[in-house]
Amino acid sequence: MRRVFVANRGEIALRIIRACRELGLETVIGTSEADRDSLPARGADRAVCIGPGPAAQSYLRADLVVQAALGTGCDAIHPGYGFLAESPQLARMAREHGLVFVGPPSEVMELTGDKLRAREEAAGAGLPVLRGREVDTAGAALALADELGYPVLVKAAGGGGGRGIKLARDGTELEAVVGLARSEAGAAFGDDRVYLEHFIAAARHVEVQIAADTSGATVHLGERDCSVQRRYQKVVEEAPAPALPEATRAALTEAGVALARAVGYRNLGTVEFVLDATTGEFFFLEVNCRIQVEHPVTEAVTGRDLVALQLRIAEGEPLGFSQDDVAFHGHAIECRLNAEDVTHDFRPTPGTLSRFSVPDLPGLRVDTHCHPGAVVPPYYDSLLAKLIAHGRDRDAAIDVLLQALEEIEVDGVATNRSLLTSVLEHPDFRGAEMTTGWLERAAV
Amino acid sequence: VELTDDDVREILRIVAETPLAELSIETAGFTLYVRRGDASAPAAASPPAAAETNGLVTIEAPMLGTFYRAEGPGRAPFVEVGATVEPDTTVCIIEVMKMMNSIPAGVAGTIEEVCEENAQLVEYGQPLFRVRPA
Repeated sequence: MRRVFVANRGEIALRIIRACRELGLETVIGTSEADRDSLPARGADRAVCIGPGPAAQSYLRADLVVQAALGTGCDAIHPGYGFLAESPQLARMAREHGLVFVGPPSEVMELTGDKLRAREEAAGAGLPVLRGREVDTAGAALALADELGYPVLVKAAGGGGGRGIKLARDGTELEAVVGLARSEAGAAFGDDRVYLEHFIAAARHVEVQIAADTSGATVHLGERDCSVQRRYQKVVEEAPAPALPEATRAALTEAGVALARAVGYRNLGTVEFVLDATTGEFFFLEVNCRIQVEHPVTEAVTGRDLVALQLRIAEGEPLGFSQDDVAFHGHAIECRLNAEDVTHDFRPTPGTLSRFSVPDLPGLRVDTHCHPGAVVPPYYDSLLAKLIAHGRDRDAAIDVLLQALEEIEVDGVATNRSLLTSVLEHPDFRGAEMTTGWLERAAV
Repeated sequence: VELTDDDVREILRIVAETPLAELSIETAGFTLYVRRGDASAPAAASPPAAAETNGLVTIEAPMLGTFYRAEGPGRAPFVEVGATVEPDTTVCIIEVMKMMNSIPAGVAGTIEEVCEENAQLVEYGQPLFRVRPA
């Protein structure tokens, strides 16, 4: 591998460029017209404009990405997260043209992208899965819901990442939701299959970072807790998961590794679980075949560069370390600073950053593509920066983040800074008593 | 009512599929005016394929891909400097993963400059030809 095509934008594009540089790899980034002057475009060795601003005409076009990678002499594609990161089509197309795809094989992506198949694989590998199954009519859904008990979650087989999920509290809601969920899933994912799952009222979201090399050697890099969510989207993430019995932690990470082995996983991935805060039981949710937004908290506590690890594994290098070599130090928390207006239903606030500066604090890492004068385009997600604090313990990390949020200067677009501050200051957060419904109840 | 980028594209799609000649939409803080015309008429919400500088019109690549000046190896180029083109004259092919896209001039005039070498990767919006308009 000599030259890597970065098929993404924003902070993760910069993160990939940085990892490539550290490994001595050249980078070419494919940008949309709206991102031509962005920091990643300037930071890469070369930038090519692959299409207009709307992602459907640029960042979501696998054909343009492969064409651009080939035309610029790249020998690998790193897809980052979002966009085409979990597109088996891109993975397949890249490999057919002799390019290394930095991610798992397309077959694994296909399997895990089908949330119903992934459920079956997980159950087959001995992982606990939530009670539920596919339903194709409202009648079947009502019958199954009676068996499961309300509320139930209606999920799209082609969904994932928090998309395509609906909650039904009773039969009337369920009847209304199932048909809608099917047609929405068909339109959004090209797959109208939906399934019901038992809903856990007090749930924590805990996920396991896994890594597997091309020989199949598989390890975990610990877990992350991402329970602070709004509408199934993560807001604050941390590692390790706080207030988790050691036996549960061990069982979770073992389950993650077991599933990775069962599906023939390669490269880095994440196995997501829902943890019942009342009983302490956990259940498999889904597998994410990409680098996660929240990967820096794992990097902080393990001291390992996960993006560099992705690139090295993609190149065919062995892991180079065993499970026993993976050690954890301190506690790390990440919060996502978004360009959104918390007072107007979190609507995105594109615009120009008249001011943007982040403090330099011990224990603080900021991953961002923003700078004074940068334009936040209307076409993409609203992430401005990830603030990651690493401290000797959880309280220390919280304190660093609170100080960072106080000192960060952002003008020109509305942000969710006040929300992040109120989360971190909240006694429930200090006490690690968050569940996935907590943020919307407590702070919004 | 706020119009999103998707809304605008949806409107343009509807306009493209109906025999409307002109459409004007105004909401608070937003005005969209679309006029149907020949290939040289500017399309709203997407950059024009032809941009004018110094009296010359630049034909820009409407997509990223490999730039081919001729239909195949050994064939004569679609256009050379001095060639007269009409808006629908094919000036080149841009290949994206084996899909050959014929690119029309979008303007009537005379080719003054060929900006790119054959078989090179061109970016979206990259100047391909400069045309002195008729």
